[in-house]
Amino acid sequence: MKSRWLSGPYILWMALFTLIPLGIVVYFAFTDGAGGFTLANLARLGDYLPILLRSAWMSLVASAVCLLIGYPVAYRIAHAKPSRQKFYYLLVMLPMCMSFLLRTLAWVALLEDTGILNNLLRAIGLTPLPLIRNSGAVILGMVYNYLPYMIMPLYTVLVKLDPRLIEAAQDLGCTPRQVFTKVTLPLSVPGIVSGLTMVFVPAVSTFYITQKLGSPGSVLIGDVIESQFKAAYNPNLGAAISLVLMALVFLCVGLMNRFSGSDGEEGVATL
Amino acid sequence: MKKSFRILAVLLLAAVLLPAVPARAAEAGGSINVYNWGQYISDGTGGTLDVIAAFEEATGIQVNYTTYDTNETMYTKLKTGGSSYDVIIPSDYMIGRLIAEDMLEPLNFDNIPNYQYVDESFRNQAYDPDNTYSVPYTWGTVGIIYNTKYVDEVTSWEALWDEAYADKILMFDNNRDAFAIAQLLLGHSLNTEDQADFEAEADLLREQKPLVQQYVMDQIFSKMEREEAWIAPYYAGDYLTMYAENDALAFSHPEEGFNLFIDAMCIPKGCTNKAGAEAFINFLCDPEISGQNLDALGYSTPISAAKEYMDPETAASPVAYPDEATLARGQAFSALSNDATQRMDALWLDVKTGGSNTTVYLVAGAAAVVVLVALLVFLQARRKRRKARRGSSRA
Amino acid sequence: MRRFTKIFTVLVFIFLYIPMILLVVSSFNRGSDMAVWQGFTFSQYGELFRDDSLLRLLGNSVLVAVLSSLAATVLGTAAALGIHNMRGRMRRLVMQVTNIPMTNPEIVTGVSLALLFAFVGTVLKIHSILGFWTLLIAHITFNLPYVILSVMPKLSQMDPDLAEAALDLGCTPFQAFTKVVLHEILPGVVSGALMAFTMSLDDFVISYFVTGSTFVTLPVEIYNYTKKPIQPKIYALFTLMFAVILLLMVVMNLLQARDSKARRARTRLNQRREPSP
Repeated sequence: MKSRWLSGPYILWMALFTLIPLGIVVYFAFTDGAGGFTLANLARLGDYLPILLRSAWMSLVASAVCLLIGYPVAYRIAHAKPSRQKFYYLLVMLPMCMSFLLRTLAWVALLEDTGILNNLLRAIGLTPLPLIRNSGAVILGMVYNYLPYMIMPLYTVLVKLDPRLIEAAQDLGCTPRQVFTKVTLPLSVPGIVSGLTMVFVPAVSTFYITQKLGSPGSVLIGDVIESQFKAAYNPNLGAAISLVLMALVFLCVGLMNRFSGSDGEEGVATL
Repeated sequence: MKKSFRILAVLLLAAVLLPAVPARAAEAGGSINVYNWGQYISDGTGGTLDVIAAFEEATGIQVNYTTYDTNETMYTKLKTGGSSYDVIIPSDYMIGRLIAEDMLEPLNFDNIPNYQYVDESFRNQAYDPDNTYSVPYTWGTVGIIYNTKYVDEVTSWEALWDEAYADKILMFDNNRDAFAIAQLLLGHSLNTEDQADFEAEADLLREQKPLVQQYVMDQIFSKMEREEAWIAPYYAGDYLTMYAENDALAFSHPEEGFNLFIDAMCIPKGCTNKAGAEAFINFLCDPEISGQNLDALGYSTPISAAKEYMDPETAASPVAYPDEATLARGQAFSALSNDATQRMDALWLDVKTGGSNTTVYLVAGAAAVVVLVALLVFLQARRKRRKARRGSSRA
Repeated sequence: MRRFTKIFTVLVFIFLYIPMILLVVSSFNRGSDMAVWQGFTFSQYGELFRDDSLLRLLGNSVLVAVLSSLAATVLGTAAALGIHNMRGRMRRLVMQVTNIPMTNPEIVTGVSLALLFAFVGTVLKIHSILGFWTLLIAHITFNLPYVILSVMPKLSQMDPDLAEAALDLGCTPFQAFTKVVLHEILPGVVSGALMAFTMSLDDFVISYFVTGSTFVTLPVEIYNYTKKPIQPKIYALFTLMFAVILLLMVVMNLLQARDSKARRARTRLNQRREPSP
């Protein structure tokens, strides 16, 4: 169709500022410090496989939790009074404007053994809980940080669901539960896919959260890559790991899109 | 709705442009780009001296001040290129590395007369033996900070391996500092590059890991002040900051020795205003400025004459300024080769992640892949069936 | 069910806002530790206003965030329209590329972009190329996927016949876009722009590597505070930001309510004047 050229500037932009840098990353991954060709970086990747799988697993869990928490909220906002919707929806976004570092540090202050929550527990005579330095705290950090990216696309899809479809389903004798599973849910799949992508993809490569909330030495792949560029002076290995990470993410996102049955022919969003 | 967005846009632009307008015009002395650690200069908070404002006023040279979080990110930034800096303040071992890679300009000491005030003991250090490239900014020692309420008097690094303090021990989250402690305990040099040494040190650190509450850097302040943790290795200057908040804290220079670090001012290759940079270095070596600046920061000054301008209590503190006998136990870092750094980092990662059951994740990962593939095949088959059905019903 | 989702939503909002409230409270705390209350004070705000460099950095951050999210929204919406009309392999390829900036760990993106800029700098003989413009380009680049991913679902939800109908009724393609398509996808565009704005406002890793010695943003500066605990005046700064944005939101909401009320009144008036056929 005619409007295909509209993506021209975008494709040019991405070629310049995404594909060329990607080429630089590939170049780094296959060279050593002196610039000679080597496969040594890729050969060492086996050592990092467990960390990579652990990162993928944790961000999968975080995306799933985001979906479970985010869906009812998006649904609620989409069914609020139209005059209030914009406000609620900005309210979801607002925390994201504030520094991610400070918000994570605030969670640390809340969850620590001598932190606010445990001091409260002690004050009312309960035993303090181990709230920090475990995988749960890391997942909490991820969910907290990426939840708005789940709610946004779900809301934008839910708010435009044709109410007549739901009325029709009700007229045809569907129970509210059936209306939800047979009409609302299937129609919100594009939003779910967008939301899962926007949570999972950045969560895999996240860093800092584990350093502050995880158990000693719980390291995710994002932290490893960061340390290759910093403490280890080994950008070549860092580049190799991030290439593998990218391949893993494309695999996951690809599978998710298959799962939603949107590989092109129906023309649903993403991939 | 569109209208209100337009209003918002206008408001935002106004908010943006207002502070941008009165950008100071470059004055007679030109400008210099200073690149320093974050929070590593007195900036006027709480009535202290605003060093940069004082320099700009004294010389008419405008300062563009930017910061970094570690020596290594600073190094990456210099290596990448695309920006130029006139003054940087890296640590000893990083200066050695920058000299080895020919990334620093030799200084013209005629422009830095205040260098005369720098104590003899801080000149001609191993990282810059002829003192061509660097002028010390501050120095300090690494020791053990502990809470006297819970921990008996500490004299040795062994205390960080004491099971009595399990889960209340903090440890450096940076490979060089963490390995240094093991090196001191094992009697290795702090600048060893021997793989067998590294392995032994890593083993010692692995032994410590179950007792460690967390590997931290800046979070140590709140954790020690609030008694979330009881014992930790850290910098003497920062101990003084923590002591001000919690006076149950004590500091020890362990008997096995300790790391003595010097952060020094250098001029990187590619600078655009060398004279301005030297004026800045000279300004910071002025005893009065150095005294007030480092008094606010809590780190030690390499200029004895500056102590006059400091809080007398700090100047007399044996933590900030240990006696000769103690100082003799201090060892400085020098630059490690690239290869040694990478070997150490790989071992450090292994120390940190080891112990968690890796096979569990391998199995779980493999299982997840199998399930996903099965699901995929199933869905594909179903869709094909459905499509076929649709096709036949249409026909 | 309704009540359940209502209570649940309130709980989620509390979850989202707990750390914010803690930061706001900390800005009035005498000490620097968020978990220990040492008494009420306004002095952190005094410190903040004496420190004009922090306020300048905040200005820089907002400037980059506004410009980059606007640019990314225009570019991204156009791109989404184009991609929407693509089919098959081409479409899949473009969407794969779209995911790259989100997937790549920030430090990898930052360093590789910085290398690219530095290379261009040497070719063009620009001594220090890193600065405002490179920062803006990098921010637009990592904002684009968020805009596209929020516009695409709206496009696929839209009835494809709508634009056709508009064209049949005599609209020019541009009118068909502004009057029909844009109206349909506006929520997606707005949420994409918002996401881009927040991503850009709070980015530090990429910004660190692509910015030079003269133009720095606030998160970069705060990220580098590793030598000492964070000064409480930073909490004061964030409390002010929080308050300003909240105020803007409320004002916008009120304006909008008035707007729509006026519009409704107008339509009613029109209806009375010329009874609908």
